[in-house]
Amino acid sequence: MAFIPHTEADVAAMLAAIGVAGIENLFDEIPPDLRVKSLAGVPPELNEMEIGRLMTERARADGAPLTFIGAGAYEHHIPAAVWAITTRGEFYSAYTPYQAEASQGTLQLIYEFQTMIARLAGMEVANATMYDGASATAEAALMAVRANRKSKSARILVPTTLHPHYRQVAVATAANQGLKFEELPYCTAEGVTPAASLARYDGQDITALVIQQPNFFGRLEDVDALTDWAHARAILVIAVVNPTALALLTPPGEWGSRGADIAVGEGQPLGVPLCSGGPYFGFMTTRMEYVRQMPGRIVGRTLDAAGRAGFTLTLQAREQHIRRAKATSNICTNQGLLMTAATIYMSLMGPQGLARTAAAAHARTRELVAGLTRVPGVRLAFSGPYFHEAVLQLDRPVAPVLRSLSSRGILGGLDLCGYFPELGHALLVCATETKTAADIDRYRASLGEVMQTARAA
Amino acid sequence: MSKVPADLKYTKSHEWVRTRADGTMEVGITDHAQHALGDLVFVEVPEAGRVVKAGEPCAVVESVKAASDVYAPLAGEVTAGNPKLSGEPETVNTDPYGEGWLMRLRPAPGALTGAALVSAADYQKVLEAEGG
Repeated sequence: MAFIPHTEADVAAMLAAIGVAGIENLFDEIPPDLRVKSLAGVPPELNEMEIGRLMTERARADGAPLTFIGAGAYEHHIPAAVWAITTRGEFYSAYTPYQAEASQGTLQLIYEFQTMIARLAGMEVANATMYDGASATAEAALMAVRANRKSKSARILVPTTLHPHYRQVAVATAANQGLKFEELPYCTAEGVTPAASLARYDGQDITALVIQQPNFFGRLEDVDALTDWAHARAILVIAVVNPTALALLTPPGEWGSRGADIAVGEGQPLGVPLCSGGPYFGFMTTRMEYVRQMPGRIVGRTLDAAGRAGFTLTLQAREQHIRRAKATSNICTNQGLLMTAATIYMSLMGPQGLARTAAAAHARTRELVAGLTRVPGVRLAFSGPYFHEAVLQLDRPVAPVLRSLSSRGILGGLDLCGYFPELGHALLVCATETKTAADIDRYRASLGEVMQTARAA
Repeated sequence: MSKVPADLKYTKSHEWVRTRADGTMEVGITDHAQHALGDLVFVEVPEAGRVVKAGEPCAVVESVKAASDVYAPLAGEVTAGNPKLSGEPETVNTDPYGEGWLMRLRPAPGALTGAALVSAADYQKVLEAEGG
């Protein structure tokens, strides 16, 4: 039997019943400029041989540039075993299966993932992933409003040093649900959020404080002071963290005297390759106290009727297939395939391997900063410790410099002038363990030439 | 057959209301409601001081199969949520009309006259109409 949900006659009958001329008219409320138009650059139809050739040529056009861009997505070495195992037929699905309990292997893998992420973050419980770090941050804000029952304001303090895309996604997701995001200023000399700047919120009803560690500039915030300030005022703390950095830095569960209440982040550094912006995955952890306010799925370990250990979806009563419009969020499925890769990545690396990766990335970035700041006209923007990213300031606009570097096969970093104009000609650079001393020297030499040429011109 | 004590008032959404000596109203869910939900694993009660409107969702009872809202039977200010239920949600199953109360309310002026409460006999008819 063909799967045809409704015939033309069915459609015509339904339209007549509601007095609408055509299906197109149902979408009238969507502004024309937001409607999908024909896609530029997509040929009408190609056979398999032709499309294979086209994609090979397009991939070749990307080349294999030496990349020093981080800003939320990071190039790390991925052991070959990670995707060899992830793409096995037993795992190769993006979804939690229907009749989930019939797939005990998948549920066990999710359970292992939750355990590893919760331990990495030093938190009590993790869910089975979100869409990405930005949407996880937005969901954490919504969750904080549900969890902080003493606060009525739905005001969320967000440092300017949070990834700007995360802030945009949080506002787009939650502002129409009554959440008010208020920006905290940062110190332009140090690139961090001064705890003293919070004093003006003393005595006000604030629901939650977001803290990103390391922050968007790669700098380390004073998480203990910020966390304790918030908790002393019954404000929940939402940590936004990099999972690689967690191998070295204090995990959010140990920030201040009580630890963060919710910790989220982008999971891409854990075995997911850079791929035109995605798909990536987000993670979310919290205290047991707030587990019923956490969106998404959780797999639990239990005993079956015969007393044998097994795995099961739990807390489903809060999900949308049961609770409909009152579900804790619209997240029901998860980024299963990427979570699978991350679980295998973490199990291959182990805590020591992840710590060595983090330490190497930090060391390479220090070498990068030392090398690049030897180039005349280049200085480090902020004083103080950083993890595997740093902001440089150039004596001229960044965009033309990046274009020249790109023509030499180097992606030199992210131009910050559109995001943080107050920082002048600022460039965010990153080096991970994938960069060698020779790579860093090549960047330094090329930057020197580019700056020299521009000066001579 | 569900128990429907004659001395209480009821709502058609399966809450019960008891008038206490100090004028506050104790609110819970009926025996029929707890039985329909099954074993409760979590109960979320409102904070004291919260002002609720009649019909406003103000508590959540969650079983292994469903999480359901409990609606305020009348307008007023919450004077207490039952603190026992955070650790022992099953109390609602074992003693829905006693220890398993959810919240106490101080009715807003005039709230009692406007409230859509029914007698035990009429609630019994609601159950019969629902097939319970």
